[in-house]
Amino acid sequence: MSGPILEARDLVKRYGSVEALRGVSFSVLEGEVFGLLGPNGAGKTTTVEILEGLRGADGGTARVCGLDPQRDSVALKHEIGGALQSTALPDKLRVGEALRLFAGFYRRHRNPGELLKRFGLEGKRHAFYGQLSGGQKQRLALAMALVNNPRILFFDEPTAGLDPQARREIYDIIEELRGEKKTIVYTTHYIEEAERLCDRVAVVDQGKVIALGTPRELKERSGNSTRIEVRLAKPAEDEALRGLEGVVDCRLFDGSHVLHSRRPPQTIVALVKYLEAQGNELASLEIAAPSLEDAFIELTGRRLRD
Amino acid sequence: MRNFLTLTGVRMRLALRNRLFIFFSLVMPLFFFFLYAGFFGKGNPRTVAYLLGPVIALTVMGSFWGLSTALVTFREQGILRRFRLAPVTSGDLLASSIAANYLLTLPTVATELVLARLVYHVQDFGNLLSVWVLVTVGTTSFASLGLVVASVANTMQETQIICQIIWFALIGLSGATLPFPSLPHVVQRIGVFLPATYLVLALQKAFLYHAAAWELLMEITALLAWAVLTFFMAAKLFRWEPEEKVTGNAKAWAAATILPFVLLGVWENHYGGVRSQSQSAKDSLRSGTRPGTSP
Repeated sequence: MSGPILEARDLVKRYGSVEALRGVSFSVLEGEVFGLLGPNGAGKTTTVEILEGLRGADGGTARVCGLDPQRDSVALKHEIGGALQSTALPDKLRVGEALRLFAGFYRRHRNPGELLKRFGLEGKRHAFYGQLSGGQKQRLALAMALVNNPRILFFDEPTAGLDPQARREIYDIIEELRGEKKTIVYTTHYIEEAERLCDRVAVVDQGKVIALGTPRELKERSGNSTRIEVRLAKPAEDEALRGLEGVVDCRLFDGSHVLHSRRPPQTIVALVKYLEAQGNELASLEIAAPSLEDAFIELTGRRLRD
Repeated sequence: MRNFLTLTGVRMRLALRNRLFIFFSLVMPLFFFFLYAGFFGKGNPRTVAYLLGPVIALTVMGSFWGLSTALVTFREQGILRRFRLAPVTSGDLLASSIAANYLLTLPTVATELVLARLVYHVQDFGNLLSVWVLVTVGTTSFASLGLVVASVANTMQETQIICQIIWFALIGLSGATLPFPSLPHVVQRIGVFLPATYLVLALQKAFLYHAAAWELLMEITALLAWAVLTFFMAAKLFRWEPEEKVTGNAKAWAAATILPFVLLGVWENHYGGVRSQSQSAKDSLRSGTRPGTSP
């Protein structure tokens, strides 16, 4: 990996009185898959659209492939590829035609036939766009993002709205691109995607980057503690649960107590004893290794899916 | 230039795969052709030649409807958004849709002329070069009008309403349905403010009196100035994203496109000869002579 291919510094964007970005900064190295993880409305798409040159920022600076996305937008478009949210192609455009059409727009481009083969769309070459399934449309969108052999790819929630099977197919494609050392900026609100696909992740919340690091580094921030999620028959005091042996943190989400423990077996024994003493009972209990979700909870006090 | 040519080809292919396009651009014009030539013109070759004016004007004017709905659909479905990420300009997209529409209108016009010859035995088509110039300028200007409509309408429903209002004004007040001299006097005074009126009359002069392009300079210049102005406005008001709502300012700019024909209409109402010329054209059907074309 060499120096940063993308740098965002203090990006600010306002929509009327709403501040969508409140000083977003990060840089992306050549050859890495960089994730922007955050809930809907966190500012991920706005960030990506500023970097692609589709929107102007109200403050801050950005450089992508050494270019200013606003000033050098035409030159930049030859260098980047992307799959944006809520885009489409004309229903009556054939798959092969779409790739050839877009290949024709660029100074350099890849062979459309090879891309179709690689993305498993060879059999759909003559199919109309309107006849494709959601997963096939998204595979075509990714193939089209690669048509100019871009230096950097932007994938904005590419798995949104797809069924699990189609989602796995997209993961395979991203992992393959990762293996080829393609630089990718990947936005998602799925923790498992960020964990599985990204080399580094910026956690975005309310228009700010609140944490940045490899998935492992972020998880370590949550103290390498095990998550114990319990539902109780009767309500219990958070404070009392926090005092149990080994517990470092306890929060209540939708009626579930989420405890973080450094010594899970001791915590569970202490919990059972405490509940017995209170005349309370366990309705359910789940134990999980530390995840990015825990890091997110720790940083924001909220769950990502809230 | 390469983007423009590629997009023109693709837009033509897409249009030909669209049943609605085929209906509005081929079936409807031919329906009008047979209605006018067979029913109103009773198959009389000279009357059919006279009626080719409104028939071809209707074919040419239909451009704006299809283009505006296509552009709004492209915007609403996020198709423009996808193009925006590629090195494609709004000018490429707009110019290619006008060019594609023009190239697809020519075969329909040619079919109408061939049918006039084969079915109604029209021998004299007047000055076909002038007809071609008028079809070219007319298609470009009405297509640009469609693109302006698409830029000021926020939804498909709004587009349809605006198109209907414009369409009925254009065909009702211009001589494209009833002959211009048969319209009530007050309607004629309004009609001279409409580009359609000049297109119909200029086509009739080309068909009936062999008027050369230079003899139709006023009509051609007005349509051309209007085409340039509306295209410029369409490019200025172009929006890639459905979320970008149109501003009141943009609507004012769009309204400014009517300027050439406001000026022409005022002039015509004071000094012009459009009304007398269209009367002579109609009268010549009875006398079979060629009256003077000067006002």
